[in-house]
Amino acid sequence: MKMARLTTLLLACATQAVAQQAVTSSSGSTLIKNATVLTVTKGTLQNTDVLMQNGKIAQIGQNLAAPAGARVVDATGKYILPGIIDPHSHMMADAINEGSLSVTSMVRIKDVINPTAINVYRALAGGVTTINILHGSANTIGGQNATVKLKYGRTAQDMMFPGAPPGIKFALGENVTRKNSQQQQGGPPRRYPATRMGQEEVLRDAFTRAQDYKRDWDDYRARVAKGERTLVPPRRDLELEPLVEVLEGKRLVHAHGYRADEHLMLLNVANEFGFKIATLQHVLEGYKIATEIAKAGAGASSFADSWSYKIEAYDAIPYNNAIMLRHGVLQTINSDSDERVRRLNIDAAKLMRYGGLTEEEALKTVTYNGAVQLGVGSRVGSIEVGKDADLAIWNAHPLSVFANVQTTFIDGEVFFDRQQDIAKRAQREQQRAELERAEENRPARADQRRVILP
Amino acid sequence: MTSHMPMRFGSAVTVAAVMLVSTATQLSAQLGSHNPMPGPRGTYAITNAKIVPVVGAEIPRGTVVISDGKIAAVGANVAIPSGARTIDASGLTVYPGMMDAGTSMGLSEIGQGAASTVDVAEVGSFNPNAQAIYGLNPHSAHVGVTRVVGITHVASLPSGGIISGQAAIVNLAGWTPPEMQVIPRAALVINLPRSGFAGRGFGGFGGQQQENTQDAQRMRERQLDSLRQILRDAEAYGKAIDAADRDRTLPRVHRDVVLASLLPAVRGQMPVIFTADRPNDIRTAVNFAKEMKLKPIILGGGDAWKVAQFLRENDVPVIVSSVLSMPRSEDDPYDVNYSSPGKLHQAGVRFAISEGGGAETRNLPYNAGMAAAFGLPKDEALKSVTLYPAQIMGVADKFGSIEVGKVANLVVTTGDLLEAKTDTKYLFIDGRPVPLGTKHTDLNDLFKDRP
Repeated sequence: MKMARLTTLLLACATQAVAQQAVTSSSGSTLIKNATVLTVTKGTLQNTDVLMQNGKIAQIGQNLAAPAGARVVDATGKYILPGIIDPHSHMMADAINEGSLSVTSMVRIKDVINPTAINVYRALAGGVTTINILHGSANTIGGQNATVKLKYGRTAQDMMFPGAPPGIKFALGENVTRKNSQQQQGGPPRRYPATRMGQEEVLRDAFTRAQDYKRDWDDYRARVAKGERTLVPPRRDLELEPLVEVLEGKRLVHAHGYRADEHLMLLNVANEFGFKIATLQHVLEGYKIATEIAKAGAGASSFADSWSYKIEAYDAIPYNNAIMLRHGVLQTINSDSDERVRRLNIDAAKLMRYGGLTEEEALKTVTYNGAVQLGVGSRVGSIEVGKDADLAIWNAHPLSVFANVQTTFIDGEVFFDRQQDIAKRAQREQQRAELERAEENRPARADQRRVILP
Repeated sequence: MTSHMPMRFGSAVTVAAVMLVSTATQLSAQLGSHNPMPGPRGTYAITNAKIVPVVGAEIPRGTVVISDGKIAAVGANVAIPSGARTIDASGLTVYPGMMDAGTSMGLSEIGQGAASTVDVAEVGSFNPNAQAIYGLNPHSAHVGVTRVVGITHVASLPSGGIISGQAAIVNLAGWTPPEMQVIPRAALVINLPRSGFAGRGFGGFGGQQQENTQDAQRMRERQLDSLRQILRDAEAYGKAIDAADRDRTLPRVHRDVVLASLLPAVRGQMPVIFTADRPNDIRTAVNFAKEMKLKPIILGGGDAWKVAQFLRENDVPVIVSSVLSMPRSEDDPYDVNYSSPGKLHQAGVRFAISEGGGAETRNLPYNAGMAAAFGLPKDEALKSVTLYPAQIMGVADKFGSIEVGKVANLVVTTGDLLEAKTDTKYLFIDGRPVPLGTKHTDLNDLFKDRP
């Protein structure tokens, strides 16, 4: 338990240090001078300044004057990219799967967010500013998502992306039927549905119930509006409410799946019930049904090149993204991993090799397109006047493997700065050494020691 | 299909290549049979190319001549032999093929849900006689997608147990394992019992967790002792065999294939790859190797930079497979693993970079690129995936640079070999032109124009 205490102390110190850093950075104006600006939506601007004021991008142009009190950053030879957006993450989630039922639309990721997760800081160091934290893929209809800005050092509440439309996770295929894990000892117990047939049925059943529930409420409200005073309202159903929002187009569906046929099934069910799918997630075989995805108006969010890790991923190809893009599908790359999120820029570059995306198309798959998929395209995802000042300064073109992030801003504030990070390392080492020397963290004598591990 | 037809050769070669590709397509219903086979050895000249030989200066515009599997000439002013088939590589760059020395290539096709395609680990603790070359599927789809990024040869390692088995160095082309093999028994792989407190229990060894440090320590000592024992048995066995060979009057020694397979390692003729990441485990491995007179290579090497001086003093090389791993501790710098190759280089430790695995091995160059983004000089990054793995695995006479006499494993690219956006235009393995088709290009061709 001594180690646990040490870790907690260290964590507290680290969090405090970074929180201080964020607070002390100017929340006023910052003028970045003389950068190559990859606007992503309006081309590449050479030798250009970007002025951030009150959390927004206030001006873009050459030889901008710094307002009084503004911090000025010389970015000569450096690049500005909009903050990277990861449409599929489980970062900060203290729980991921409420997988005990087939429909868990009532549970919410926002209730289990740990804002002190160190991986937030590591993602910031990869130029990432917004992520979509999704429920896991254990059940056909999973829990509600949280779209957050990675304001490390702040509370979970402060991290919620203001005004982002709510979403929900769906899942199809083996992650739901759990055929692989059942083979192993200690795998989860059997639970309906165990086949893709059952998954279609779960969707149909849930949305049929949601339609009836919606009708009850619509009737009730209509009668109240007509002046009836003595009605008893329908009983609230926390499972069906989010599904009604889906039917009404107010909640985005993010649907995990691998095989083409399962996604096609979902698109057909959604069409029948009259709602749209915001994103097909992973959609490793999307290239086989690119026409249908485009026609349904669904987005697609996939890996750049992961494959072969399970049977369902054996037909995944890195050309998937390009084929869907060329068929008119709104396309993004996601990480689904706290490790890979740190280098989504390299994943984007792979699409130039596999499928011949242009630089701008490649960059959009990790910035602007993700913003649109998450319903925040008017707020983030590109460098445009009026948008949130969420961006990163890179020391080289971000599609190069040799590039690293110098500074990451969210709402105009610094949340990562490489030079500050390096400058603090000696101090952190010293703190660590002091903590290790502290009496309470000293290992017990061998004869007194009885460490019970979890 | 034009994008991965082999090259602008004379018609005979093109026809042969078309036949090879269509053969592969017929087999495509099976797992992993999409890798088109290379064309014939012969005399080829890659002309007008920028040449990055890795050893020696870059040649802005020059020629590489390939003859009978080997690099026959390289330079700015090289005569093209008569009869050579010529590739005009104007605007392109020639590099030596890359090597990943820490893969499980061909031993595992699909990790989950297809156990019958997984042959990485034997049952039991001591399997020196488990040889990767006998589990390696030459038609694995991983082989094709790996080589087309310019990784032309790899070491494929068994894993599991304490002595996992023997690694093979193979070219990533061939109809059969014997056709692929370069060194079929290239290194012994040992997982030393790990030490210390791992945060979530002890070891990660054999899935056993000990309740306290003393029990873990005792367990580790027992395992080390049994490892010592089997290596000493092998030594004694070798002596007995030798003695019996010299003196026919001695009693005949019963053959033991397990002990016999350890002889090259205990005699210092075969390197021993020790998987180790933490400083204590690295020290233990090196000290153990010294005690048993083995030739150690550290694989993993996450914390190798923390014991850099010790590694340099003992001249022990490291295959770093953790560049893209998450930092282990919450309070580690975010770039602790990105920057470790740079630190090893600065400290003068011999090292190579590895991605590992099979399906993901193709990401090898981006590991080196990330290391270069965090302190490793770019030319060193290139060496860490070409020359250095060859040197560490004892095959630098064959691989790792464009030098006359070396095996013609070459890749011709549109740009920097380590960049993710760079594409491959031509590929030679063992002096044979390799068509650039893969399972992935096959599926791309099938679906990309679907209306």
